[in-house]
Amino acid sequence: MKYLPTIGIECHVQLATKTKLFSEVDNDARLKDPNSCVSPIDYGLPGMLPRLNGAAILYVIRAGLALNAQINLFSRFDRKHYYYPDLPKGYQITQLFQPLIGSGYVELPSHKRIRIEHAHLEEDAGKLSHADGYSLVDLNRAGTPLVEIVSEADMHSAAEAREYAKELWRLMTYAGVTYGDLYNGNMRFDVNISIAPEDSDKLGTRTEIKNLNSFRAVERVVEYEVKRQTKLLEKGQKVKQETRGWNDAVGETTAQRSKETAQDYRYMPDPDLPPIRLEAKTIDEQRKQMPKMPADYRTWLDGVLPNDIIEILLDYQGLMEKLSEVSVILLEQQNMLEKINATLKKLANLFSSVLLAEENTSLLNDALPSARQLIDLAEMNDRKELSSTAMKQVFLKFFDPEMRYKESLTIAKELGVMQDNDVESLAQIVDEVLAKPETQKAQADYLAGQEKVLGFLVGQVMKASHGKANPATVGEILRQKLST
Amino acid sequence: MKIADKEHSAVATIKHALEKAHKFQSRYNVFNWINDDAIKRAEEIDARIARGEKIGRLAGVPYALKNNFLSRQGGTTASAKILTEFSSPIDATTVAKLEAEGAIMIGRTNLDAFAHGSSTENSYFGTTKNACDFERVAGGSSGGSAVAVALGIVDFATGTDTGGSIRQPASFNGVYGFKPTYGAISRYGVVAMASSTDCIGFFTQNARDLDLLMRISAGQDSRDLTTLPNFYQDSKVQEVRKIGIIEDFDPEHIDTEVLNIMQKRVEQLQKSGYEVVKLSMPALKYALPAYYIIVPAEISSNLSRYDGVRYGWRSEEARDLDELYKQTRDQGFMPENKRRIMIGNFVLSAGFYDAYYLKAAKARTLIIQEYMRAFKQCDLILSLVAPNPAFKLGSKTHDPVSMYMEDIMTVPVSLAGLPALSIPVGKTAAGLPVGLQLIGPQRSDRTLLRFAEQVADLGCGEQNITESNKREEK
Repeated sequence: MKYLPTIGIECHVQLATKTKLFSEVDNDARLKDPNSCVSPIDYGLPGMLPRLNGAAILYVIRAGLALNAQINLFSRFDRKHYYYPDLPKGYQITQLFQPLIGSGYVELPSHKRIRIEHAHLEEDAGKLSHADGYSLVDLNRAGTPLVEIVSEADMHSAAEAREYAKELWRLMTYAGVTYGDLYNGNMRFDVNISIAPEDSDKLGTRTEIKNLNSFRAVERVVEYEVKRQTKLLEKGQKVKQETRGWNDAVGETTAQRSKETAQDYRYMPDPDLPPIRLEAKTIDEQRKQMPKMPADYRTWLDGVLPNDIIEILLDYQGLMEKLSEVSVILLEQQNMLEKINATLKKLANLFSSVLLAEENTSLLNDALPSARQLIDLAEMNDRKELSSTAMKQVFLKFFDPEMRYKESLTIAKELGVMQDNDVESLAQIVDEVLAKPETQKAQADYLAGQEKVLGFLVGQVMKASHGKANPATVGEILRQKLST
Repeated sequence: MKIADKEHSAVATIKHALEKAHKFQSRYNVFNWINDDAIKRAEEIDARIARGEKIGRLAGVPYALKNNFLSRQGGTTASAKILTEFSSPIDATTVAKLEAEGAIMIGRTNLDAFAHGSSTENSYFGTTKNACDFERVAGGSSGGSAVAVALGIVDFATGTDTGGSIRQPASFNGVYGFKPTYGAISRYGVVAMASSTDCIGFFTQNARDLDLLMRISAGQDSRDLTTLPNFYQDSKVQEVRKIGIIEDFDPEHIDTEVLNIMQKRVEQLQKSGYEVVKLSMPALKYALPAYYIIVPAEISSNLSRYDGVRYGWRSEEARDLDELYKQTRDQGFMPENKRRIMIGNFVLSAGFYDAYYLKAAKARTLIIQEYMRAFKQCDLILSLVAPNPAFKLGSKTHDPVSMYMEDIMTVPVSLAGLPALSIPVGKTAAGLPVGLQLIGPQRSDRTLLRFAEQVADLGCGEQNITESNKREEK
C-alpha cells in the first residue's frame, strides 16, 4: 500500500533582542562564561517579577508580518508548569490562550502555501550539561525571547519539510527577527509526522521529534520516520503516539516519552504580566520598516535569472540587497531594462560562481563591494576591457582589505589585467607574431583552408600580449591580415 | 515617628527597641531573627543629625520586617524550612524606600510559612503568641509583625495581605493594619504567595502613621508591572457621609460579643451624623470558595521555583533529580503549604481548569461588580475583620476549613483589590481586642485613612498597648 506522510512543524526562533524577555541582562551569551548573563529574575529568585522587554514584541510583530499573519491587538501571557533544573521558576512564561500572532502562511519557492496556525512569544529555558554523576546548569539562555511558529500539518514529503524549514529561516533572518545561527540553536524545529494510506481521509497516529537544528536533520528525520512508520503498518503493528529523539550521528529516532506519561502543564494566565495591548500604529510602523522579502525578490527576478540561481542567492540577503541596489542605480541612470537585466545576470553569475564557491564562502562574512564597484566591473566586461577571468580576479580583490575601497578600474590596472582592444597596437603584435618562424607552418595551413589553426595563432598573439589582448579582436585582425 | 524631633537619640531608641525585642522573644516568638547590627545604623543616623545633615522622614525609627520581604540584612526565609540558608542579594522596593528614609529594621518577624495561614501557627520557626493573651493565636499570616507593634517593640511593621493576613492579626492584637489598593505598593522583592491579590501594607498604632508610610512606599515601580500609576500622594480626600453595612453575613457563625461591639460602633457613627446604609451583597458568598481556588492555583505556580536546585535548603539524601525535588519539597514545605499546592495543582489540571479556575475567575468578576454597585450607595463599607476574636492556640490547626473560614470577611476585599483598614475598636470581656474593617473603593486609600483618623477622634480607635506592656513588665 502507498502511504502519504503528513507533517507539521513547530519552530522556536530566538529573537535578536539586546536584552532578555523579562530582564535587562545581555541576550547574546555566545562566547560568554556559563551563568554570566543571568539576573535575579532569570535566576528565579524569590520575589522577582518579570519586566517585559518591549523590543521583543516588535520583533514578534515583524515575524508575524513575514508570515503574512494576523497580528492580534490583544494578547496575554500564560504560565506552563514543569520541573527541570534548566527552568528556574518551575514554569515557562508563554502564550497559550491568546497569542500575539494569529493565522498566516509561508509560501514555498514552489508557490505552495504552508499555513501557519499561530505564533507566540515565550521565554527560552537554560541548558544542562551532564557529567559523570552530576549535571551542570547554565542559565545564560534562560529568559531569551523566542517566537514559536506553529504550522498546520500541510507538508507531505521530507523535501517539502526541508523547504519549509529553510524558507522559515530566510523569512526570519530577512525580517531581522533572529541572527539565524542554526549551529548555536537560534532556530530549533519540532517535527510532527504521521502517515496514512493515500486514499484515506483520516490522519495516522503521529510522532513528534524535537529539537532539530538543521534543515538536513529535518529532512532526514522525516525520511527515517516515514520508513519506520511504514514498516510498522506493513507488519500490521501500530504507530505509538510519542515524542522521539533524533540521533544525528546514527541517523535514527528513538522513543523518549509516550502520550500516557505526557506531562500536564497546568497552564494558567500569568498574574504578574498585564495583557499586551497593541495599537494599529505600532504594527504599521513595523510594516514600513520591513525589508524586501524572498517572495519579493522571486517576483522581481523571475525571468531575469534562472530559478536555481535565484534560490541559491536567496540564502544571502546581502547579495539580494546588493542586486537590488545595483538595479536602482542603473534605473536612475536611465538604462534600458535589457541592459539592467544583463548586468544583474552577470553579477548573479559572479556571486554564484565566485563567492559561493566552496573555497570563498568565508568572504561572505566580509562587507560586500559597493554597487558602484560592481556596476563598473560589469561595464568593463561589457566593453571587453576585462575578460571574464579578469573580472573574477578583480571581483575577488574587492574582499582584499588593501584593495576594497579602490575603484574597479584602479584594481584592474594594478592587477594588469586590462584587455587591449586597440586595433593598431594589436595589429603590431600580430605582425610580430606572423613574422616569427614558428608560425609560418600554421599560416600556410590556414591559407590552405584549415580554419582550425586560427586558434593557435590567436593563442600565440595572446601569449605575446601577456594575456591582455582581446581574443575576439585578435581573431578579426588575423583573419584580415591573412586574407590579403 | 520622628527621631530628630525627640529628645532621644536614634541609638537610644534602637537600643530600647532591641532590648524589648529580646525580652519578649522567648514568650511571644515574634521574630525569626533580631538585627543587633541595627545599633550601627542608629549611630550613623545620630552622626548625620549631629552634622546637621538632612535626614529622612523615618530617620532612626525602628521597624519590624515581615520575613517574606527580601533584604540584604539577615536571611529571608518566609518562615519556611526550604528557604533557610537563603540570603538575598537585593532589597525589596519597599525595604529600599523605608531605609532610604532612615528607618531601621530591628528584626524579621515570624509568619505562617509562605504566608499560608491565619494564625502564625504554620511557621517552621514555631508559633507567635497573641500580644494580649499568650495562650491565643496572634492571627496570621503576619502574626509576628502585628504582635511587634502591639507590644510596642517597634513603631511600625511591614506586612503582606493576600486574603486578610494584615487585617486579621491587626484585629486580634488591637493595632491598625492597612492593606492598600492592589498595586499601590510594589511587590518587587516580596516572596510571592498569590500574585493577583498579594498586597504590601503596614501595622501601626494610629492611622496618621499609615498615611506617612503610604506617602513613602506607594507608587509605580518599573520592576512590578502590576503597580498602579502614582495615585496616593495626589488623590483627594473625599468626604465620607454614608457608611455601608453588609447584611448578608450569617450572624450564626459570628461571635456575639464581636457583633455587639460592631453594633455599638455603628450606633455611635449614626449619632455622630453619619448615614448608615444597609447593603445586600449576595455575590460575596462565592468569595471564599473562589478565593480558595484562585489563590492555591497561584500558590502552586509561585512555589514551583523552590526546588532545591539554586538556593535555600535542599535534601542531602537525594540520589537523583526526582528524589531531589520530592525530598526537598516534601521536607522543606509545611503541611499547609503542601495542602495549598495540591489544591492548586488539582484545579489547574487538564480537564478541571474550566470547572474550577475559570469559574472562580468569573465569580471574582461578579464580586468586583457587586462592590462597584455598593459604592454607588455608600462612601465606605464597615464590616467585621474576623468572625471571632483571637482563638486558642491549636484549636483550629486540625481543621483547615474552619481556619479558612477565618478569612470570610477579608477575602472578598482581596479578590476585588480594594483598600481596607483594620482599626481597633474595642475588647471582649476577656480583654481580647476586636477590630473593624473599613473598606473603600479602589484608590480611595487616603480617604480611608483620613476617615480612620476621624473615627479615632470619636473614640472608636481604642488602644491597648499600654495595658499589654504593663502586664508584661510586671
